[in-house]
Amino acid sequence: MSKRRWRVSPLPGFGPTMGFTLLYVSLIVLIPLSAIFIKTIGLGWSDFWNVVTEPRVVASYRLSLLTSLAAAGINVVFGVLVAWVLVRYHFPGKKLMDGLVDLPFALPTAIAGIALTSLYTPNGWLGKWLDPFGIDVAYTPIGITVALTFIGLPFVVRTVQPVLQTLNKEVEEAASSLGATPAQTFFRVILPELLPAVVTGFVLAFSRALGEYGSVVFISGNMPFKTEIAPLIIMTKLEQFDYEGAAAVAFVMLLLSFILLILINGFQTHWENRRSKWRGVH
Amino acid sequence: MVGCSASQGEGGATQLLNVSYDPTREFYQEYNQAFAKHWQAETGEKVTFRQSHGGSGKQGRAVIDGLDADVVTLALGYDIDAIQEVGKIEEGWQNRLEHNSSPYTSTIVFLVRKGNPKGIKDWDDLLKDDVEVITPNPKTSGGARWNYLAAWAYALENNNGDEKKAKAFVKELYTHVPVLDSGARGSTTTFVERGIGDVLLAWENEAFLALNELDKDKFEIVAPSLSILTEPPVAVVDQVVDKKGTRKVAEAYLEYLYSEEGQELAAKHYYRPINPDVQKKYEDQFPELNLITVDDTFGGWQKAQQTHFSDGGIFDQIYSK
Repeated sequence: MSKRRWRVSPLPGFGPTMGFTLLYVSLIVLIPLSAIFIKTIGLGWSDFWNVVTEPRVVASYRLSLLTSLAAAGINVVFGVLVAWVLVRYHFPGKKLMDGLVDLPFALPTAIAGIALTSLYTPNGWLGKWLDPFGIDVAYTPIGITVALTFIGLPFVVRTVQPVLQTLNKEVEEAASSLGATPAQTFFRVILPELLPAVVTGFVLAFSRALGEYGSVVFISGNMPFKTEIAPLIIMTKLEQFDYEGAAAVAFVMLLLSFILLILINGFQTHWENRRSKWRGVH
Repeated sequence: MVGCSASQGEGGATQLLNVSYDPTREFYQEYNQAFAKHWQAETGEKVTFRQSHGGSGKQGRAVIDGLDADVVTLALGYDIDAIQEVGKIEEGWQNRLEHNSSPYTSTIVFLVRKGNPKGIKDWDDLLKDDVEVITPNPKTSGGARWNYLAAWAYALENNNGDEKKAKAFVKELYTHVPVLDSGARGSTTTFVERGIGDVLLAWENEAFLALNELDKDKFEIVAPSLSILTEPPVAVVDQVVDKKGTRKVAEAYLEYLYSEEGQELAAKHYYRPINPDVQKKYEDQFPELNLITVDDTFGGWQKAQQTHFSDGGIFDQIYSK
């Protein structure tokens, strides 16, 4: 790897493209986000603190964080599995299945929420089988997790899939011919290669889930302290025309997501460095 | 959930945008046609309409943030007050048209399952042990605020105006609520389609809709001994009509709601007309109830909102730990 960061590209046009990139990122990301920041400033520090630490609001962060974590965790396990099946096997209807994975991206999330809710209410198709066992899904944190799992699936599959595709099958074969068990091959050969993609998928699914509103609001039941997600708190503040309060909670959510993304980026850089060093030695 | 339907007239026709709340969609579709006909007969001018529907508060915010509504027809005076506060509507809007600028009214009733298996007759019955009540969240739904205030008014009336007891009553009532949907239509779906709960607190016109358009044999309406007069008000958005030069037709549009034809249409869509003649014609449809008003019992919407629904208000205290 070269130590020079600003390597001159053989393609011309760094100036205009960089300029365009800055403009685009500013217009699409920075300016709207700074609007939240500016609205929040209108509150003053002590009001801000009161708004964002109110017990009900704190309960909603906790719920949003925990259900998002659970959903992203579930998606890591099953998303990797789905990606694995899609990359490694050929079967009829594979193209269709591959397309289905993206559906949660394309579907309006409110539709997903309404559909999931009608499935999981006690008299719904799935809910009526769970109800006799005393398992309530709709209107509980489980329901929220289900909705968040649904919307997060493509993130894991689509980040892991290309990495799996480029993975050399010979390496696995070499491992097993050298006497590695299938489990060893998976954990010591394949997983380390996949890990950065898995982590990226996890984080994308997680941060997407953190801010999800449409699909969750229908299935959550919206009970204060129990199933009230943070985006709903923002909506309730807007409904009272309390723009500043809404912006304050939004700001905290923004901060959480941002911290997470930075942590993950850091982790990835660290991981890549370690791996390239390790490769250099051998 | 904003629906826009543009009826295309010939070129040069004036176009009005009516920003309204969810359940009025069908009513205004019909009313717009009636008014267009009336206006053309009267002045020879053509007028076409766009309609926008959604939660009342959200619609109010859209207008505040720049949606160029000529008229707003919302669920609560509070939401129009908010538009007034930013200067888009002049002060005193609620006195500009008769009857608090509310050309039609409604009330809060109970929708119960056929045969009323839990024997729900009045607000007290909602506190029975095995009764589940469906109502949306007053923090996110304008309609739900009326439900809550109706319950409060009932408790006040039955406890000689003791606010503490009213609070205890309402607190107890909300422990019977298993799901707080974010909007009124959502609650109707929860009750009607998903079969959850024993009683839905609903606007009378929504209850009629559920009864007549969805499933006649599954539900019945119960009118409690006391309820609240819901007054969904209408107003011209001054700043917009002056800019667009549509003031005359916008004002006529709202005034025509008070005409016999407007009143008939409102009644047909299950709103209570305020014109005594039309009222008489539909008296079988609308049972007489003991109705209190927000102004008399709660000192107006601003005060009701402050006391009950703003952050830290009584509704929050009900749910605080």
